[in-house]
Amino acid sequence: MPVLEVDALTHRYGSTAVVSLPAWRVEAGEPWLLLGASGSGKTTLLHCLAGILAPSAGTVKVDGIDLATLGGSALDRFRGRNIGLLPQRLHLIDCLSVLDNLLLAQYAAGLPRDATMARAALAALGLADRAGDRPHRLSFGQQQRIALARALVNRPKLVLADEPTSNLDDANCAAALELLLEQAARSGAALVIATHDQRVKGRVQRRLELDNGMAAAA
Amino acid sequence: MNLFTLALAYLRARVLASVLQVLLLAIGLAAIVVMLLVSTQVADRVERDTRGIDLVVGAKGSPLQLVLSSVFHVDAPTGNIPHADAMALRKHPLVRKAIPLALGDTWRGHRIVGTEHGFVEHYGAVVATGRLWTDAMQAVVGAEAARGGGTGGGPLKVGDTIFGSHGLVDGGSAHDEHPIEVVGILAPTGGVIDRLVLVSIETVWDVHPMPVKPAGAGTAGGARAGAATAPDPGAPAPRAGATTPQRRAHAHDHSNGRSERQKAETAGTAGAPAGTGAAAGAPAAAGAGGPQRELTALLIQYASPIAVMQLPRLINAGTAMQAASPATESVRLNRLVGIGVDTLRVFAWVLLAAAGLALFISLYGALSERSRDLAMLRVLGARRGTLLALMLLEGLLLCVAGAALGLLLGHALTEWMGRSVPALSQWALTGWTIAPGEGWLVGLALLIGGVASMLPAVLAYRTDIAKVLARG
Repeated sequence: MPVLEVDALTHRYGSTAVVSLPAWRVEAGEPWLLLGASGSGKTTLLHCLAGILAPSAGTVKVDGIDLATLGGSALDRFRGRNIGLLPQRLHLIDCLSVLDNLLLAQYAAGLPRDATMARAALAALGLADRAGDRPHRLSFGQQQRIALARALVNRPKLVLADEPTSNLDDANCAAALELLLEQAARSGAALVIATHDQRVKGRVQRRLELDNGMAAAA
Repeated sequence: MNLFTLALAYLRARVLASVLQVLLLAIGLAAIVVMLLVSTQVADRVERDTRGIDLVVGAKGSPLQLVLSSVFHVDAPTGNIPHADAMALRKHPLVRKAIPLALGDTWRGHRIVGTEHGFVEHYGAVVATGRLWTDAMQAVVGAEAARGGGTGGGPLKVGDTIFGSHGLVDGGSAHDEHPIEVVGILAPTGGVIDRLVLVSIETVWDVHPMPVKPAGAGTAGGARAGAATAPDPGAPAPRAGATTPQRRAHAHDHSNGRSERQKAETAGTAGAPAGTGAAAGAPAAAGAGGPQRELTALLIQYASPIAVMQLPRLINAGTAMQAASPATESVRLNRLVGIGVDTLRVFAWVLLAAAGLALFISLYGALSERSRDLAMLRVLGARRGTLLALMLLEGLLLCVAGAALGLLLGHALTEWMGRSVPALSQWALTGWTIAPGEGWLVGLALLIGGVASMLPAVLAYRTDIAKVLARG
C-alpha cells in the first residue's frame, strides 16, 4: 500500500487554480523530488499533503487514510504522529532548548515524552552535545539538523521537506541532502523534497514537476 | 515537556514584561488586601472593645472623641468630670455597672489608665504573672504593652519600674520623679486592655499634683506619693490656695503646647472640666473652693433597656457631663473612615484594571511574534484547544504569581504599618491574619487573567497555519 495517494487534487485561491494533480502514488521509503519554480505551488501542495490546508477538490490519503475524513483534532494528532514537516523557515521554538524542541514534538503529537529517543535522534545527526543549547545560538546548518531531528523524532511514515537546501552553499547543500535521504531511509519514511534548487536534481530519480500548478510525473 | 513547562518557558523568554505584569497586579491586589485587613481589624476591634459598654460619660465636647479616648484609647480625652458627679451617677438605679477612668499619661505610647479592678474584669482579662494593684503607684500592664518594655528590649517583668509621660504619643515630658512599680502582667485578650497600663485612680491623682487629700480618704501610698510629689521639699501645702504655683512648678504640658499657666488657671477656677476639648488634661483636684477630685470618664452598662431612653438625656441635659453611645459613635466613625476607604478602593480598582489591560496588551502583542510558533505546534500535532489552553495558562500563571505576591505584599505592608506607623500603632494592626474576602481576591485575579488572555487565546485557537507557514 502506498504511503501517499493523491487523486484529482486541485487547490485554488479564489478562481485561480494554484495546484492541480491528477494522480500520484508514493511508496514507503521512496524519496521524491517536487520540482518547480518559485510560486509554482510547491508549498501549497505540501500543505495539502500535510493536512494543514484542505484542498478545494480531490483526495489525499496518507497511510491509507483520507485526510478529509479526519476532523479537527484527529487530523492534528494524525499529522503529529505520521507526517514530519521540515519547513523552509525552520520554526524552531527559540525559548526551548534543543532537546525540549524534540520533546515538544512528542508532547504535541500526544506521545509519551521519551528523552532517550530524543537524544538518540540528536546523536544520529551529530548534535548530542547541543541538547541543552538554545536553537538561536547554533549555526543555520545545525538548526536545520535539529529541525530534521524534530521532523523525524516521532517516526513518521511521510516526511515533507520544503526547500531544504535553498540557504546552503554547494558543500552544505550536498551534505544536507545526503543527511535527509539517509535519515528518511533509516526510519523507512517516504520523503518528498519540494525544491527549485538545480543542485538537488541529480541525486533523486523520482520527480514530480509542477509547471504553473500543473503536475507531470517524471 | 508539557503545557505548563511550555507556558513557563514563554514567560521566561520575556521576563521583563512578565515581571512588570506580576508587579502591577500585585500592587493593585496588595492595596485591596491592606484595605480589607485594616477595615476588618478596625471593625473587629470596634466591635470587641465596645462590647458591654452602653454609654460613656465624660466632659462635654465631641462625643466621637470621648468614645475614641475612653473606649479605644486612641485619642486625647475631651476633658475631666467632677469625681463627685460621676460617683452620684454611679448610684443611679438605671446603671448596672460603672467603671471610672482617669486618663492623661502614657508609658512608651501605652496609655496609663487609672481605674478600678472592675475594668480588668469587664474586659475579661486575667493576671498572667503577679497580682492586681492594691496600692497607689502600682501598675498592672497589658500583655502587649509588657512585650519588649523591659530593660534591654526584653519583656517587662513584675518588680520593674516605669515612668509615665504626658500625652498619647511618646516623647512628652516625663514624670521622672514618680516611679510606678509593676506588680502584675495580664494575659493577652486580643482587646484594647492588652495595650494599656492599669493603675489605681489614686495613682493618677498622685502623679498629677494632688494638693489635697481629705483626711481618712487617702491611702498610705497616696500619702507617700503625695510627699514625693512636692517639688519643693518641706512645702506640701495641703490647701487649695497652693494649687496654682505648685502646678506651675510642675511644668505640665497637658495641652500640647498650650500655655500651661492658662491651663492651670482654667482648671483652678472652678470644678468645671479642665479646658474643654483640650488634649490630655489629667484629672486632678483643682477646686478653688475646696478639694475636688476629677475623673476623665465613666464606662456605663445599663441596668435595663429603659436606660437607653432616659440616661443619656438625663446626663446631657441635667449635668455638666456628656453621655456618648459607643455604638452610635462607631457608626459615625465608620462613615468618616469610609470616605478614605472608598478612595483607596477606587484607586485599587483602577490599578487592577490597568494591570488587566497591560496583561491583555502584552499577550496580544506577543501573539504576532508567536504566530509561527503556534502554527508549528499545530504542525507537530497540537490541537487548536491546546493552543487556546497555552495562551490562557500564560495569562493565568502571571495572575497567580501576581495574586500570591499581592497577598504577601498586602500582609507585609499591614504588618509593617501596624509596627512602624506611630499614628496607627494604637490600632494594633497585624498582617498575621486573613481577612474574609481574600480568597475571593484570588478568584478575582484569576478572572482578570482569564479575561485578559481570552482574546489572544481565541486568536491563537484560530491561527491559520498554512497561511502563517507560507508567509515564512
